[in-house]
Amino acid sequence: MSAAQPDTGYNFAYLDEGTKRMIRRAILKAIAIPGYQVPFASREMPMPYGWGTGGVQVTAAILGKDDVLKVIDQGSDDTTNAVSIRAFFARTADVAVTTRTREATVIQTRHRIPEAPLHEGQVLVYQVPIPEPLRYLEPRETETRQLHALAEYGLMHVKLYEDIARHGHIATTYAYPVEVAGRYVMDPSPTPKFDNPKMDDCPALQLFGAGREKRIYAVPPHTRVKSLDFEDHPFRVQTFDRPCALCGAEGVYLDEVLLDDAGGRMFVCSDTDHCEERRADGHVGTGGVAETVAHA
Amino acid sequence: MSAPLLQARGLAKHYGARTACADVSFDLDPGEVLAIVGESGSGKSTLLSLIATELAPESGSVSYRMRDGVVRDLSHLSEAERRALMRTDWGFVRQDAAKGLRMAVSAGGNVGERLMGAGARHYGNIRGTALDWLAKVEIAADRIDDPPTRFSGGMRQRLQIARNLVTRPRLVLMDEPTSGLDVSVQARLLDLIRGLVAELGLAVVIVTHDLAVARLLSHRVMVMRAGRVIETGLTDQVLDDPAEPYTQLLVSSVLAA
Repeated sequence: MSAAQPDTGYNFAYLDEGTKRMIRRAILKAIAIPGYQVPFASREMPMPYGWGTGGVQVTAAILGKDDVLKVIDQGSDDTTNAVSIRAFFARTADVAVTTRTREATVIQTRHRIPEAPLHEGQVLVYQVPIPEPLRYLEPRETETRQLHALAEYGLMHVKLYEDIARHGHIATTYAYPVEVAGRYVMDPSPTPKFDNPKMDDCPALQLFGAGREKRIYAVPPHTRVKSLDFEDHPFRVQTFDRPCALCGAEGVYLDEVLLDDAGGRMFVCSDTDHCEERRADGHVGTGGVAETVAHA
Repeated sequence: MSAPLLQARGLAKHYGARTACADVSFDLDPGEVLAIVGESGSGKSTLLSLIATELAPESGSVSYRMRDGVVRDLSHLSEAERRALMRTDWGFVRQDAAKGLRMAVSAGGNVGERLMGAGARHYGNIRGTALDWLAKVEIAADRIDDPPTRFSGGMRQRLQIARNLVTRPRLVLMDEPTSGLDVSVQARLLDLIRGLVAELGLAVVIVTHDLAVARLLSHRVMVMRAGRVIETGLTDQVLDDPAEPYTQLLVSSVLAA
């Protein structure tokens, strides 16, 4: 990259070009085989494992000068992880950053899919802690690879069976296993199962990077993504019995926020950008005080 | 009864210079129970692993008459076919139940795993079938959600049997299924196995060092010593009128109760 660089002393987007090519090859292979975990030579990144080293490497490999980057952590644009990764790329790649889902071309996410519908041309990069959906059922990596290769996924249903036997319903609420394009079973990273339906037939490209585990996988645009279930216990997403306290949104994923030590709490949109956009449009929830201030 | 269900021909396996198995051949008919007896280290378990395709023989072959009637050499099966055969038409009851069961998964999940592996996707039906099988192996229905870690040794073995039989296999391999259990539990387990074998018409290859087990369950006996089959024949014939000095020694060394 010959473009003018900020004074970081690093190559564009931190990683050297050879590494980026290696990661891009893994990404291309992952797109060619939807849901298949492609090994890649994960690098040490200037942040600890568990802070999104896989997602950061994928983002670094696909980022171009004209991209607009958004980073969210649990749906929020302003938590430590999101802020530091956004600042990292603003500094090392000098790309434009945004909190607006619609304006972003690359969205790196930890544990949420934005509420605003994604569109063609966007790339959603997931930070993945454990890419192997069968890990806790079958500890041997040699064996899980066999199971994937032969599409033997009976074991995944054993886990769901255990859920129902213990709790009366499928109690897995995050990292809910999905079948991609009728073939590979995939861990959608610890997103709430609320977001699983958004992965299905999504117009955006979805890339998954696991840094510690050295795996990349992908869901190409408009790919069938089916959440596993039983005929008599079909897949259901979480529902909330109240709208967002700030913007009044319904049918969105809510976070519980403790207000004091006397049991005060409210439920607000986990997607902060979505919530702010709605409040800017004049939507008000029951606990909405902040937005009147914002409007004043 | 036409062709044999299972045919082993000239099986051999060495561990370094030591012979674990040499020139072992036998036929097994549908519904037939074959006991392989011998002292520890005689190659019984190696032979069972060779039959189960867990070990590759240095020479010789094992062929099996599949459900469609075609006889296939097991070493020529693809990995997918081999695994499908093992989890549908075959069963393997292991000496150590912890190796044959998923210890962290409930009894119902253990029994249901093969069904789900075969594509069952209806929770109610899977659970119903699991309950049926638990009843068949005399495990109380209210234990269905307990993991096998909370089961006694005898119950674990019975659960293993249920887990293996749920897909109605035609051949079951058993490796010392009663060892490590106390005598009364052994007797109940043997009784149960005998009943199920007769009811389902199972073919069984059972490895045991306990001649009483062989006498109770098997139609035929194969006596092994130092990796070779030294005597084979009908169970009562071999045990009551052993021809080989070694077999005579084995039979005479059984403690009279």
